[in-house]
Amino acid sequence: MSLNLHDLRIWRGDRPLISLSRSVAKGEVLTLMGPSGCGKSTLLAGLIGALPPVFRMQGQIALNGRDITELPTHARRISILFQDDILFPHLSVGANLGFGLPRATRERARVVDAALEDAGLAGYADRDPATLSGGQRTRVALMRALLSEPEALLLDEPFAKLDSELRAAMRRFVFERARARALPVIMVTHDMEDATAAGGPIIALSSPREDLDD
Amino acid sequence: MGHTYIARAGFWAALICLSLPVLAGLAGVIGPAFGYLPALGGTEISLAPWQGLLAWPGLADAIRLSLVTGLLATALSLALTLLIVAAWQGTRSFLWVTRALAPLLALPHAAAAFGLAFLIAPSGWIARGLSPWATGWERPPDLLIVHDPLGLALVAGLVVKEVPFLLLMTLAALPQTDSLRSQLVARALGYGRVMGWMKAVAPRVIAQIRLPIYAVLAYSMSVVDVALILGPTRPPTLAVQILDWTTHPDLALRFQAAAGAVLQLGLVIAALGLWHGAERLIARQSQHWAAQGARGVALDRVLRPLGAGAALLIGVAVGLGLAGLLLWSFAGLWRFPALWPETLSLRIWTAQAATLWPVLGMTALIASGATLIALALSIAALQARPNPGRSAKALIYLPLIVPQIAFLPGLASFALMLGVDGTPTAVTLAHLVFVLPYVYLTLADPWRAWDTRAGLSAASLGARPMRVLWTIRLPMLTRALLVAAAVGFATSVAQYLPTLLIGAGRVTTVTTEAVALASSANRRLIGVWAVLQMALPMAVFALCLALPALLFRDRHGMRIG
Repeated sequence: MSLNLHDLRIWRGDRPLISLSRSVAKGEVLTLMGPSGCGKSTLLAGLIGALPPVFRMQGQIALNGRDITELPTHARRISILFQDDILFPHLSVGANLGFGLPRATRERARVVDAALEDAGLAGYADRDPATLSGGQRTRVALMRALLSEPEALLLDEPFAKLDSELRAAMRRFVFERARARALPVIMVTHDMEDATAAGGPIIALSSPREDLDD
Repeated sequence: MGHTYIARAGFWAALICLSLPVLAGLAGVIGPAFGYLPALGGTEISLAPWQGLLAWPGLADAIRLSLVTGLLATALSLALTLLIVAAWQGTRSFLWVTRALAPLLALPHAAAAFGLAFLIAPSGWIARGLSPWATGWERPPDLLIVHDPLGLALVAGLVVKEVPFLLLMTLAALPQTDSLRSQLVARALGYGRVMGWMKAVAPRVIAQIRLPIYAVLAYSMSVVDVALILGPTRPPTLAVQILDWTTHPDLALRFQAAAGAVLQLGLVIAALGLWHGAERLIARQSQHWAAQGARGVALDRVLRPLGAGAALLIGVAVGLGLAGLLLWSFAGLWRFPALWPETLSLRIWTAQAATLWPVLGMTALIASGATLIALALSIAALQARPNPGRSAKALIYLPLIVPQIAFLPGLASFALMLGVDGTPTAVTLAHLVFVLPYVYLTLADPWRAWDTRAGLSAASLGARPMRVLWTIRLPMLTRALLVAAAVGFATSVAQYLPTLLIGAGRVTTVTTEAVALASSANRRLIGVWAVLQMALPMAVFALCLALPALLFRDRHGMRIG
């Protein structure tokens, strides 16, 4: 049981961009590295079902045995963290977390408070997200993603905007919690330290056509 | 799935709202123009309506007025707009100009025209300020300043409202033209501010705001309410004469009115063609002009103050005009050339109180209805097609480019046949035709600028598209939605012709009340209704700007700038 990419290919127009066949086990972090424009983020967009119309995808995505290739984003149970934390600015910290929590959850306030405590942010529920520091915002974004009970987690350069000291702490925070929940994780990054800290397999992507031109 | 269907249905409903009334209205005018209107006994095709139109002695003057005032007002408005932006873009003063835009845009044309009329009339503040020491006038001179036969007052009244509109459209186009950096590059090459902008940026801006310019030209050629207030009277402009025939008790004149409406449409199409041809010619010439390398550094010394002066003059003229309207509504005895009335009283306001509230209520009801429908349709259309194709974009401008006087009489005939004329619902739907384009255009840019990753985040957390729309996208766009609502409300309040023709005289708003007084000499009464006409949209605008600040007072990320 894991995240399986069967012979996944993405084209931009007629130009092949990415070709990947790979399985990510529970608790494993697969790191994708490569120059800008090689299609790393495009792959993540394809995995959550939000590929821009200029791209075309073939192949199959299976998550814990479910074929999710044709499912809409909201039904895939894959969470994503972007470089910017994308906390909803009109909602309080608590309401952001509540947004992620499935509708049927009982004692919502208690679950939210527990998540905040786990993130070292006890008592922050009523705060305006704009008043939080970068590290705090990343933690809230991760907790929101985890509360939605995803079956896989995607990381799109999530630490790129943090300074180097904070970055190590945030990596630990994110990877520990993903592992504890046995989530398959795919991370896209520019940073070799991110890749080594993840401790999983690393795939270097390249843009084949440009390479030939060099 | 349901979400997609609703959005798509909204998109098509919006397209129908924009095109069907215009096309049906035109059809309803072309028939009678050639004698066909069974309801009035016209069952045979004939040229009699055109013979009647040609027999009208004022026709030549009316055609000339329509062409000259329309082209002059448009050329002047565009020139001033470009000059103001070229001379002052990127400066602190320019920020002030952009801040003054919202209230100027919310102001109905008719209210601005009344204010200007009060200001420049022989008994207005300008004449009073100069009398008797400079002019020797002890009583208001017998001069035809307002309603002048050349239509210059009409042109002025159009320019003070069209410059703010074109400025807004230019501001929206500037980011796509990379104007600040282009101007900087030109200045680094030794060009003056204005010359550099005109050569490097203006051609791109003009291409971007082509449809708004066409709308200004069509509107200026065929406007009715401003022409009734400021335009010539003997003969009046063609559009005013068409309205006169359309609403005349002698129903036989309807045929002639329809012929006039078709002529007006033809004139607008001809003028648009003329403008387009001139634009292409100038564009070709401007290549040589730009390549010749004249730097025009010294021109800045003249053109920058000129641009500032134009912006200031428009602001002051409108501001003083509105102040004059307000003062007249409270004025007791006010002799010439005194600058201030001898007594102030609430007499007129109290006398109007009984009619005032129901009319205000009806105005607000129609405006709110049209605005809410327009918002819903715009949101659905933007959800379904965030970036519509060229033809859909052109369709948005259709009701703004086809003259109102050319198709509303036809639409009114259909309303009469369906038995819905004179109902507030029919008037609301008629307003929707003109409110929808403005609401859509105001909302579209912030809608597209929204960070779609917020929607992706929400969807990856398990939220369906409908929930993403209602709990994330719409709340995050609260400010833009409210601004669009304020624009829609102001557009509806300002509508004169749709209210008059579809309302069949049985639905009155502050605008029909105010414009109906245009030919009267009762300044105090005009003052009351014109003040209401300006106060209502302004109040809604202020509310819509204040509300987000209140709603999101604890949410720093929802503030702008």
